[in-house]
Amino acid sequence: MTLPIAPTMTRRSALAAALAAVAWRPAFAVEDANGAQADALHVLNRLAFGPTPGDLDRVTRMGTPAWIAEQLHPERLALPSFLVDQLATLRTPNETQRELVASYREMQKEAKEAKQAETASADGKKPGTEEGGERRKQIATIYLEAGEERLLQALNSPRQLEEVLVDFWFNHFNVYEGKGLVRVLTESYEREAIRPHVLGRFRAMLGATAKHPAMLFYLDNWLSVAPGYQPRRGGGAAKASGLNENYAREVMELHTLGVDGGYTQQDVTELARILTGWTMVPQQPRKRRFVNGQDAVASNHGDSIFGFDPARHDDGSKTWLGHSVAPGGQMEGEYALDVLARHPATAKHIATKLARRFVADDPSPALVARLTQRFLDTDGDLRAVMQSLVDSLEFRDPRPKKFKTPYQYVLSSVRATGITTTNVRPLMATLTQQGQPLYGCQTPDGWHDTEADWLNPNAITQRVNFATALASGRLPLQRVDFSDAPAGANGMTAMERQTDRAMNKDMAVEGSTPPVDAAALLATLGPAISDKTRAAVAGSPPPLRAALVLGSPDFMRR
Amino acid sequence: MQRRQLLQMAAAAGLAWSAVGRTAFAATATQAGQQLPGNKRLIVVFLRGAVDGLSVVVPYSEGAYYQQRSSIALARPGQDGGVLDLDGHFGLNPNLAPLMPLWQSGKLAFVQASGSPDPTRSHFDAQDYMESGTPGRKGTPDGWLNRLLGAEPPVPAPAGTHASVTRGISVGATLPRIWAGANPVANIANGARATKPTLLDRPQVSKAFDALYSGDDAMSKAYRESQQSRAEVADAMSPAAMDHEQMVADNGAPLPNGFPDDAARLATLMRRDPNVQIAFLALGGWDTHVNQGGAKGQLASRLQPLGQGLAELATRLGPTFDDTTILVISEFGRTARQNGTGGTDHGHGNVMWALGGNIAGGKVYGRWPGIAESSLNEGRDLAVTTDFRQVLAGVCAHNLGLADNRLAEVFPGFDATPLNLARA
Repeated sequence: MTLPIAPTMTRRSALAAALAAVAWRPAFAVEDANGAQADALHVLNRLAFGPTPGDLDRVTRMGTPAWIAEQLHPERLALPSFLVDQLATLRTPNETQRELVASYREMQKEAKEAKQAETASADGKKPGTEEGGERRKQIATIYLEAGEERLLQALNSPRQLEEVLVDFWFNHFNVYEGKGLVRVLTESYEREAIRPHVLGRFRAMLGATAKHPAMLFYLDNWLSVAPGYQPRRGGGAAKASGLNENYAREVMELHTLGVDGGYTQQDVTELARILTGWTMVPQQPRKRRFVNGQDAVASNHGDSIFGFDPARHDDGSKTWLGHSVAPGGQMEGEYALDVLARHPATAKHIATKLARRFVADDPSPALVARLTQRFLDTDGDLRAVMQSLVDSLEFRDPRPKKFKTPYQYVLSSVRATGITTTNVRPLMATLTQQGQPLYGCQTPDGWHDTEADWLNPNAITQRVNFATALASGRLPLQRVDFSDAPAGANGMTAMERQTDRAMNKDMAVEGSTPPVDAAALLATLGPAISDKTRAAVAGSPPPLRAALVLGSPDFMRR
Repeated sequence: MQRRQLLQMAAAAGLAWSAVGRTAFAATATQAGQQLPGNKRLIVVFLRGAVDGLSVVVPYSEGAYYQQRSSIALARPGQDGGVLDLDGHFGLNPNLAPLMPLWQSGKLAFVQASGSPDPTRSHFDAQDYMESGTPGRKGTPDGWLNRLLGAEPPVPAPAGTHASVTRGISVGATLPRIWAGANPVANIANGARATKPTLLDRPQVSKAFDALYSGDDAMSKAYRESQQSRAEVADAMSPAAMDHEQMVADNGAPLPNGFPDDAARLATLMRRDPNVQIAFLALGGWDTHVNQGGAKGQLASRLQPLGQGLAELATRLGPTFDDTTILVISEFGRTARQNGTGGTDHGHGNVMWALGGNIAGGKVYGRWPGIAESSLNEGRDLAVTTDFRQVLAGVCAHNLGLADNRLAEVFPGFDATPLNLARA
């Protein structure tokens, strides 16, 4: 592909002319360094989480087309050894779904026993709490590790587009870490169901999310059974005696067709019937019914605990979205996902969301139409869709039109400083304070993605405070001792308190970083910072200059 | 108490509250009351996720209720875990017991079978409609609370002062759809952070950033609104004020985090700052598809802090409660019949709650359509007999005293009769 590069002075008018005439000049010569830098900044802002020191020069030198081509094939980019080493210290990625679920069940059991013991013992002591506390800490660690795995890669991976897309697609197929089992499965969900597919086939990601226990639990499908189902034994799932339409509705409304995609309540109920029996089998499967032929425990991933249970499946015929669906066990659901993944309404829904993320809050219908067509023509090949997107005139318009989300703001700030982060907890706490807790969107629609959703008075104050704390070296981003203050059950109150205290202290706390050098920061960000801001920075006391750069209106947009 | 320590710490560290907006506060405080007539206040509490209204105001006298909900129905009054009788037909969920004194003193009313004329069962569309105030119309750019802010333009501030921006206060890190629009709205953080000093309260820091955010763009405006509202909040919730709060609070016991804590803080702010006339809070966790429980369980554990927080809000507003209306709303109700997993799926009609000194309470309003099989909407949900806008517009007209022509601006396209919940 070719990404034309225009000098700054003429770029906007050239673009306007090109848009008006529909005739796109295939390649501009690189006429001056500023224009090339502006292009480099643009792709780093939109396809990465902003520039780190040296990125602008590097991307300018190699040219944006070459950089984009690399980004579209992340497997060709090696991870730096320090990142590989950091990731290697995480334990959660080595645990199977079964082990993770078992940890959670153990914690529940211990908590219950501790409570019973507490009630039983007259002196009000809490026997067993010690152990229960340990287990709770283990669960909190699993959640914290999900955050580390995500943020350390987002900050440091050269595969920046992959990181941007992981954020996008996790959010599209959102699960909420605060709901029961999901807390221990978030890491697994992202690593197994989202990350491998962000530049692959949409159908593969749809299927992987549908079968992951995090989604099965979050949207309740694991419990949805044929009306009249009689469980053989007791237990949690045994309470189910009929349909639960939660997943069936949201998979159409949010994951595929979109709310105006043309389905009815009847279609929701019918899809719920089709998906009965899609459940999880956290115990080792012994019964034959879980392993017979195509109805097997369906683990195409090594340790998946997804299982199709014919006994829970509604065997009747269904009429769904105008299709007659004959009884076919698990294949009914596979067929339904096929239909949804190839549906024009799905293509349009995905195209709109991608255009909104990468181009503008209100993307042009022409761009959405082109991406929709590309999605349909390639059977949902997400790499092909992304290629069309970055090739579009609309994408190339370099004006910073998007207001950063808290996630984008925090990541781009830390990246710009060049600080090597080993403790992501202050960043997780900051995201919570700014209204976008990591993995903490309670509802299945995920975070919204427009300026109206994020620009508000409190947001600006919070960002300015964060910028000031980061630039003055108040955040303990290099703290390595994780033993204290584990994440609480409802978010990160201990983490937040700690971060609040650090932010307001005037003395360095353990693990804090050196103050950020304003001149270096301005060089890193190049054309991102306007002359007006540069003048204001130059006229301010030196200790505040880097804070002003990161807290400037210019840096709030990408 | 914690705040005083913080301020001492802040003082020791050389912090000082920003002086911006202080003179403005003094000037605008005297104008309060010219904005909404008679200094009326409105607080909207949004329960996101669709609360099961049939478990809030329970039709215990109806046999169909117990048939539809074999394992999650609440027992009749007087029985173990039974509802608290309201009027011989409906009973209140026992987890909302802290609200019974308000019911008994006639300051709490419900509107049963209320909801949207739009049939959607999407949380997000339904919330959008309830916040825009225009069900069925997606293009509406603004929210009805923002339009209400603009319906009575504030008197221009005297020369040399700032117009108050705290007429509308939202609790939470983001501004929801209901506030979208041209009129400035301030938001404060959840929890104790709302009143804590920050780096930006240091004069040298704020001075430097003031210069960067001096423009006419949306970000500069947001910055200035935030700085001014923080100064006003700091004034209204000074250490002395908070110490007084501590004394009047029940035994000085700290409230649980979350809604009760936020509600108490909001009440203090509204009582002390007459500029705050409209406030909004939201709380989630009502989407009970699985094991929602009855008198105990998942839904019960959500209702408890809600009831406690609303009672706290009423108490701490003090005399201001007489001029305040608190509305509790949720995007739709849930299926009349329990589903196959001990929960309820997305339904239609719901209950709306209204609390306030000026509410003609002690009554369940609205025509009750019943929940026998034959009465259900689409064979599955409580039908809607009162448009939610009748309640919202009714409160605006009768409790807040909004003129008819202004009402049409707040609820465009709405022409039914507003429901009068006000005391005669």
